[in-house]
Amino acid sequence: MDALISQLQRQFRDHTISLYQQGFLDDQFTELKKLQDDGSPDFVAEVLSLFFEDCVKLISNMARALDQTTGAVDFSTVGASVHQLKGSSSSVGAKRVKALCVSFKDFCEAQNFEGCVRCLQQVDIEYKTLKSKLQDLFNLEKQIIQAGGIVPQVDIN
Amino acid sequence: MGRDGGVSCLMRAEMNMMSVGGMESAPAPSDLDEVHVLAVDDSLVDRIVIERLLRINSCKVTAVDSGWRALEFLGLDNDKASAQLDRLKVDLIITDYCMPGMTGYELLKKIKESSNFREVPVVIMSSENVLTRIDRCLEEGAQDFLLKPVKLADVKRLRSHLATKDDVKLSNGNKRKLPQDSDPVTITPPLTISTESSPPLTISHDSSDSSSSSSPVEMFSSSPIDDDEDDDVLTSSPEESPIRRQKMRSPGLD
Repeated sequence: MDALISQLQRQFRDHTISLYQQGFLDDQFTELKKLQDDGSPDFVAEVLSLFFEDCVKLISNMARALDQTTGAVDFSTVGASVHQLKGSSSSVGAKRVKALCVSFKDFCEAQNFEGCVRCLQQVDIEYKTLKSKLQDLFNLEKQIIQAGGIVPQVDIN
Repeated sequence: MGRDGGVSCLMRAEMNMMSVGGMESAPAPSDLDEVHVLAVDDSLVDRIVIERLLRINSCKVTAVDSGWRALEFLGLDNDKASAQLDRLKVDLIITDYCMPGMTGYELLKKIKESSNFREVPVVIMSSENVLTRIDRCLEEGAQDFLLKPVKLADVKRLRSHLATKDDVKLSNGNKRKLPQDSDPVTITPPLTISTESSPPLTISHDSSDSSSSSSPVEMFSSSPIDDDEDDDVLTSSPEESPIRRQKMRSPGLD
C-alpha cells in the first residue's frame, strides 16, 4: 500500500504544482486550502463547485446579452456579468479565468462586440478546463485518503 | 449592543482585558463574548468564503446578500423601533462595496446614521483599489477597507482588533493613526505588530504573507498624496491621506 500511496502523493504534488505553474491557480487558491480542516474537509471542493455553477449561469447571461438577434447588444449587462465572474474567479484563485475577465471587461467598455464574443468563448473553455483539472486533483486526494495516506501539503513557492 | 447604541465592542474590550502588543487574537473563553459578524455580499461564492474566514476566526456569522437584507436584519428598514433590537448584538459589519441596489457605501451611511448601530465597526470589501472610493468610505466612518480577494490574515487581523481595541477603533496602533488624534485610551502601542506581522487595520492586503504584486500598499505608496505623518513602517506605506485624519476620530467615543 505504501508504494501506491507514495505514487499517488507524487502525482498529487506534481499536478498541484503544474496547476500553479501553468497559471490555472494563484495564491488565493492556497488561501482557500488554509480554510479546510478536519471539520470542513471538502471546503475547497465545495467552493469551487459553487464557482463553476456561477460560471455556467454567468456565461449564459453573457451569451444572452451578446445575442444580436434580439436587438442591440447591451454591453453594460454583459459587463455586469463579467464583473461578477471576475469577482468570484478572483475569490477562488481561478487565475486564468480572472485574467480573461479583465480583458473581457475592457472589451465591454469599448463596446467591442467581436472582442466580447471571443472572450466569451475563451472563458467558457477556460472554466471547463480548470474544472476538469481540479476534478483530477480532487480525485487524487480521495484516492490517497482511501489508500490510507495523507494528502501532502504542497509548497508552491 | 442594540441596547445601548452599539457598544458591545466596549463591553468586549473590558471583558477581554486588552491584550498588549498584538498578541494572538485569543477571544475570551466565554461564549457570551462571541463576536457576531454581519456579512453582506451579493456573490454567493464570496459569502461562503467570508463566512468560513470569519468562522475559522471564532466569529458567529450572519451572511446576507444585499444591503436591504442587512438593514432588515438590523431592524433599520423601517421607522419603528423593533423590540428585537434589544437582543440583537452585532459586533462587526463587513460588506462588499459593489452591490446591485444598495452599494456598501450606501449601507455604511445608513448604519452610521442609525443610533443603534453607528458604533458598530463597518468594514468595506472591494475588488477595486480605488483611492477615492477608499477615502470616501473611510470618511464616512468605515473602520477598514479590505481589498478582495480577502485572505485569512486580513480577517485574523480584523478579529484581533475586535478583541483588543474597542473604543479606540482605528486610532490604535493603526498605521493610519495620526498622533494628534491619538486617543489616550490606546491599548496597543502604535506600530504594533499583530500576529500576522502587519499593523492592525492595514488597508486591505496583509502584505506579510502575500507576494501579490498588486498589493494596495504599494499602490498607495505610489499615489501622490501629501502626507506629513511618518507612518508605520511595517507595510511600508507612508501615505496618509488628510481624509484619513478625519476618519481617525472615534465616533461617539469622544
